[in-house]
Amino acid sequence: MIGFATRRLLQAMIVMLVVALLAFTMFRFVGDPINQMVGIETSIEEREALRERLGLNDPIPVQFARFIGNAVQFDFGTSYQFKQPVSELFAKRIPATLELSFASFVFALIVGIPMGIYAGLNRESAISKLFLSVSLVGISLPTFFIGILLIFLFSVTLQWLPSFGRGDVVQVGSWWTTGFLTASGLKALILPAVTLGMYQMTLIMRLIRAEMLEVIRTDYIKFARARGLPDRLVHFRHALKNTMVPVITITGLQLGSIIAFATITETVFQWPGMGLMFLQAVQNVDIPIMSAYLLLTAFLFVAINFIVDILYFFIDPRLRVGRP
Amino acid sequence: MHSANAVIIGTIYDFPVVKNKLNNTEFTKALNSTEEGTMNTKTKLIAAAVATFGVASAAQAETLKFAFQGTLNALDPYSLNETFTLSALGNTYEGLTRRGADLQIEPSLAERWEVVEPNRWRFYLRQGVKFHNGNDFTAEDVAFSVDRVRSEGSDLTTRVPGDAKVEIVDDYTVDFVLTGPNPILHYEWDTFYIMDKEWTEANDAVKVTSASDTTPNYAALNANGTGPFKLVSHEPGVKTVYEKNDGWWDTAAHNLTTVEFTPIGSDATRVAALLSGEMDMVYPIPIQDIKRINDNDGTVALTGPELRTIFLGMDQMRDELLYSDVKGKNPFKDAKVRKAFYQAINIEAIKQKVMRNLATPSAIMISPFLFSKSEEFERYPYDPQAAMDLLAEAGYPDGFSVGMDCPNDRYVNDEAICQAVAAMLARVGVKVDLNAQPKAKYFAKILASGGYDTSFYLLGWTPGSFDSFNVLSNLMNCRDEAGKGSPFNNGGWCDAKIDELTQQILVENDPAKRDDMIAEAYKISHDNAYYIPLHQQGLAWGVADDVELVQRADNQFHFRFVTKN
Repeated sequence: MIGFATRRLLQAMIVMLVVALLAFTMFRFVGDPINQMVGIETSIEEREALRERLGLNDPIPVQFARFIGNAVQFDFGTSYQFKQPVSELFAKRIPATLELSFASFVFALIVGIPMGIYAGLNRESAISKLFLSVSLVGISLPTFFIGILLIFLFSVTLQWLPSFGRGDVVQVGSWWTTGFLTASGLKALILPAVTLGMYQMTLIMRLIRAEMLEVIRTDYIKFARARGLPDRLVHFRHALKNTMVPVITITGLQLGSIIAFATITETVFQWPGMGLMFLQAVQNVDIPIMSAYLLLTAFLFVAINFIVDILYFFIDPRLRVGRP
Repeated sequence: MHSANAVIIGTIYDFPVVKNKLNNTEFTKALNSTEEGTMNTKTKLIAAAVATFGVASAAQAETLKFAFQGTLNALDPYSLNETFTLSALGNTYEGLTRRGADLQIEPSLAERWEVVEPNRWRFYLRQGVKFHNGNDFTAEDVAFSVDRVRSEGSDLTTRVPGDAKVEIVDDYTVDFVLTGPNPILHYEWDTFYIMDKEWTEANDAVKVTSASDTTPNYAALNANGTGPFKLVSHEPGVKTVYEKNDGWWDTAAHNLTTVEFTPIGSDATRVAALLSGEMDMVYPIPIQDIKRINDNDGTVALTGPELRTIFLGMDQMRDELLYSDVKGKNPFKDAKVRKAFYQAINIEAIKQKVMRNLATPSAIMISPFLFSKSEEFERYPYDPQAAMDLLAEAGYPDGFSVGMDCPNDRYVNDEAICQAVAAMLARVGVKVDLNAQPKAKYFAKILASGGYDTSFYLLGWTPGSFDSFNVLSNLMNCRDEAGKGSPFNNGGWCDAKIDELTQQILVENDPAKRDDMIAEAYKISHDNAYYIPLHQQGLAWGVADDVELVQRADNQFHFRFVTKN
């Protein structure tokens, strides 16, 4: 167990290092941060002095070593645009992103699972076919397009829901802000959560439908029916339970991507989370924020994978047997 | 337009065009003070688009919600010399002067000024003005601000000449002693904001939060000015809230109590926020959405010319172009080639098709609002045949190929303009390889920091001082390879006569003579086609019908002009 965990940990660290290197190299090509930091009339001498102070003139290996050295101490430097420590900025933005991700995740589950079950059980019904067509739309339409569509329908035309922002937020504890406790906060959450959760919802629905169709055909379900168990028990106790194993694995992994790829949704809805900050940083060549965000995202995936690996270790006995 | 009483005015007037809500005595004062002041320059009044929507109701609790595409970051008034930042800060801070709806210089914290000796300017400060924290505004604050704006880390060091001395005569009189005549000393002072000495020192914020600072100082996160609005809260990139300053020295023409600013980066979302009634005003709006906003009940698109001139520049410095199939020589060194390019461009087509008429074709490198003799200039006519003849005369009967650099997220439809230019040049035999990139990469390539790595490029310029000297000294003087001289003359062309004129213009106090010299410099540039000016791009703001405001041609948005019904 310990050997297994250590090996996985080591691999995880290598992945992080590679991501850091990629992130760092990429930023050499996104443009010149100095131009975004000063006005157009700033003299060349002043620009050069600024470049020197920021350490942009140092050799690249030196810059990379400095970057890694600081990153392991959770020091991602100071944002070029905001002049505030990146870690503080992220701490301020994380609640918004996590709440949005959580809401869209819940939406995907509570809408996706019943739809999947229904479509799995009544594969020939018209409603199932409708669900399937809708899910195709959900999978194939790009997120930003769905977002803009929803805005024009529910904000501009019907004027039911706000088109941007987080509504009123309430401070909870020292650093968490929540929109769950105010009416405007909840209203503002609906459109972005639906937009962000749309893809996951269709994914879960299709997954459950496929698993359901598979399980329904198995012998033990046939026997259960033969024993005269009511449909309700057969479907929900016996069949559904067995479809859930792959669904949980996939959706668990999807949670990571919801958090990481909230970027587009946050931009469309001006949701003040990390993803929006990242895109603003890209436009302004704010390298410290960009690199911190990429590292954070990589860390999220690596951590989730690591946990899943460890869980497999407990679930799958074959892994526990010592290898030759 | 569906709102029947919307009036949009966009021509040049001799007097401010301000319909109902603006205090006319202010303008009279402004005019008088410029007469009193030594600046006799009869600056052409700039047309401001003034929108009037119905009749404003009197004092009521009104909240203005507006959105802009970019964010407001540091609040230190000397950190960043950029239009939106200065415009947003101009609601809390004030300078010795300010600019009115028509961009005319008006007295603000200085009641009046005069030149007592050729090199000594005397400013009489307004008495009884208080900062938001209750401190009195005095000459000490002016002297302090002058030192601070010229200190290391400031991005606005050019606001006050480095060798000018400040002498405090008494509490409400300040002298500026210069080393030579400077007729445009106070031209940019509307955005040189006066800070409270006591407050800044007490909060340990004397050092300017510079672009490379790692920790923001107190002044970067708080604001204490004398202006019509106080800062209530500021969360960079999320929301900024202002409230009315009841102790403002001037009579408030606005009727707002609270102003909320939200940055909304996505164009579609910004427009949607206006259409859905969540926002009272958003800017800028994409020109393809103008019709939609006008068609919508309750909103109107406010358009007008901006001061920014969009132009094309050509590498005239290198002996061989970096991106061309012409080897061993530089075709752009030949004025015939430059003129051929000029005449190959159908500016009317660009105006109508690319800019949807929201552009004013331009013959000189400065907005016609900012130069009295601009009517003397006329563009070379669009004539592809003449262009081909010129190219043949220059020795390129079959044309040649050249690489073109273009931003795609900086100016209105910038990439589309470049594509149109490339297509037009193709008709006269010039093959253009277009390289359109985001501004971050584009500027890194074509400016001094990138070694002026371009052969042919599109750029926009707004003179911060609203004066031609800025254009001449930044874009039209000689430079060396490192950019010493005119740093933004990316093509590196050099005309000794223009350099000589620029130096004379700097110190010429007689406005008529000065304008003659400016015209001469522009004429030389025009005759040689050193640049190809394209147009003044347009401004487009989206405004709710119940909001009345002033759209200034410098794209600054001031809450003091706003009334909401």
